[in-house]
Amino acid sequence: MRPLRFPAFHGFYGQALMDIGLIAQHIVNGLMLGLIYSLVAVGFTLFFGVLDVIKFSHGDMLTWGVFTAFSVYLGLDLLGLNSPSFTLIVVAVFAMAAIGFLGAVIAKVLIIPLKGAPPLNTLLITLMLGTVLRESIRLFYPDGANPKHFPALLPDWSHSWGHFTLRFDNAAMLITGVLMIVLVQIIIKRTKLGMAIRAVSQDEETAKTMGINFNMVVYVTFAIGSGLAAFAGVIYGLYYNELSFNMGLLLGAIGFSAAAVGGFGNIYGAIVGGFLFALLQTLGAVALPFASAYKDVFAFGVVIILIAIKPTGLLGEKETERV
Amino acid sequence: MKLKKCMSLALGLLFLIAAGPVLAKDTVEVAFIGPLTGGVSAIGVGGRNSADLAVQLRNADPKAKYHYELVVLDDECKPNSGVQVATKAAANKKIIAAAAHYCSVVALASVDVYHKFGLPVVVWGAVHPGITYGNDYKEIHRINGTMINQNEIAAKFITGLGYKTWVNLYDTTDYGKGMNEYFSKYLTENGGKILGSFGVTSDQQDFTAELTQAKMLNPDVIWFGGLTPLGVRIRLQMEKLGLTSQFQSCSGIISDAFITGAGDLAEGTIAFREGEPVENLPGGKWFLEEYTKVGYSEAPDAFGPFAFAAMNLILDVIEEVGPSRKAVVKRMENIKGYEAIVGSVTFDEHGQNTSPAITKYVVQDGKWVPWADSEYASGKRKLKRLN
Repeated sequence: MRPLRFPAFHGFYGQALMDIGLIAQHIVNGLMLGLIYSLVAVGFTLFFGVLDVIKFSHGDMLTWGVFTAFSVYLGLDLLGLNSPSFTLIVVAVFAMAAIGFLGAVIAKVLIIPLKGAPPLNTLLITLMLGTVLRESIRLFYPDGANPKHFPALLPDWSHSWGHFTLRFDNAAMLITGVLMIVLVQIIIKRTKLGMAIRAVSQDEETAKTMGINFNMVVYVTFAIGSGLAAFAGVIYGLYYNELSFNMGLLLGAIGFSAAAVGGFGNIYGAIVGGFLFALLQTLGAVALPFASAYKDVFAFGVVIILIAIKPTGLLGEKETERV
Repeated sequence: MKLKKCMSLALGLLFLIAAGPVLAKDTVEVAFIGPLTGGVSAIGVGGRNSADLAVQLRNADPKAKYHYELVVLDDECKPNSGVQVATKAAANKKIIAAAAHYCSVVALASVDVYHKFGLPVVVWGAVHPGITYGNDYKEIHRINGTMINQNEIAAKFITGLGYKTWVNLYDTTDYGKGMNEYFSKYLTENGGKILGSFGVTSDQQDFTAELTQAKMLNPDVIWFGGLTPLGVRIRLQMEKLGLTSQFQSCSGIISDAFITGAGDLAEGTIAFREGEPVENLPGGKWFLEEYTKVGYSEAPDAFGPFAFAAMNLILDVIEEVGPSRKAVVKRMENIKGYEAIVGSVTFDEHGQNTSPAITKYVVQDGKWVPWADSEYASGKRKLKRLN
């Protein structure tokens, strides 16, 4: 059975004609996208939480994460270590650690010195930093301007039911991604470190008088957020099997929008925002009667409307004050 | 005494005038413009090296009347950067002519600039028909064919293999839209059925929504009109969704980068490009030998021979009529049966080479192989969905 087609718009109506398998496939696609967006958005929201800054280079940290992972993979391959599970763990841990460290360094060198300056300065500096990070891959990574093939390090088992194909690697990535978000949530809510982060985000001065090392809390938060971006990058590489120097640009913009629509400073908000954005994109591509090229326009348009209706974000506080 | 001094000065001057042409030739500047950075830079860099080779060989030729200097400019495959560098080249009166552009969107945006400044240009890679046929600028010429020829041959060939149904994806730039327009037109004329078509943005990363819809439509072939980076993503994501259709594309993905990016999944991909494969041309082997001799670190890639031929044509014309933009434009109008390494070149009244051959390619063991020489044509291997 074929859905109704509107050739003038090159799009498709007729969800009624979609079968369950197709809907399931769209849901899994959307969940994977949502997971990547959420991981990026959580980073944005963490940075905003502790320091009230928008770090626009966050998407490019993801790119650096996936390129680091890819380089480590090539290195291991050269050494003859090519057991997929071992490689995957080493690659992911190394990328997260390296990018987490880079995030802390950026916080120390660029973000904290600008703490007293107008927020616009931090925004501009991180925007420019993003360009530097992106262009340095293009110019200095061997053959960096071309897309590269990220290895499939998870088993490619899959099972099909009608139009729905469930792949083992997708399921594994979804579960790991959710676990990672839960882990961050536990760190924030249940550990002393998390308590310090929350204390700093609520009241910096009081936190300092209580003996919390403010700078250290900022470094650690930036390390966690950047490590998460690297993790999202590895998931991205495994999911799409491709990496390119400019992949972080749009992901950064989407992650930022997701954090904004969910409510800055609220981790749950970032997660909801990420999945909401993926849902809107999928709807834009599948269910609306216009070319799928406009799916981003549609998704960003809805986000603008939502933010206009609720400027503090869906799960944000009533006042424009962070958590 | 005074007379003696005057005599020796005059003699010295005479000697200088007489010896001048022997000692130093006049320097003439020519430009190469292409994407040296960005997603399709492998092709741009290969093109630059090839144009540079043409200049180097000419400078080494003792019979050449002038010494040539190559000015290299990066259009980044972006219209705004393209117009900037086109203006830079065109406004520099020392530059007599240019071999320019791989990306159609850039060439379309820049042709007005070349016309305004009267800079003769030979396009070496861009295929949109509008570059030559959308205007009557005498300055614009193109050594490769247009997407019209390419898609006509593509549609005939692919329907001839026995495929019946298609889902088309294309990027919504002028290039992708043009490809989709002409491919769809000729496909329908040849009895192919298009079950659905999706326009996608030129920097899109996720195609799972479009490909899931395509999977439901279950076409024999997924066709893509666009450039390498998106081609790689679409091919990889087809596999992720368990799409078993044949993958077909256009000249935009014929590059080594597509094979590197798509890895093993590139195998069996079909695409079409203007010109004979360089190895099969009379001058092709010689070109590759010379290219290797110079020792460029990058491959000439798919359009290198076209860039070489475009630059060589420019140098030949300058040798013949002298370093004047106007004279070069006038001479280019009458290029007929010019033997280049990509075949015979004849420009029509729009400056379009009328005799470009189209070659069908298939990826076999990590290489773009002409269909006729492939194991797919001999029946040893089979394309998807052909039994």
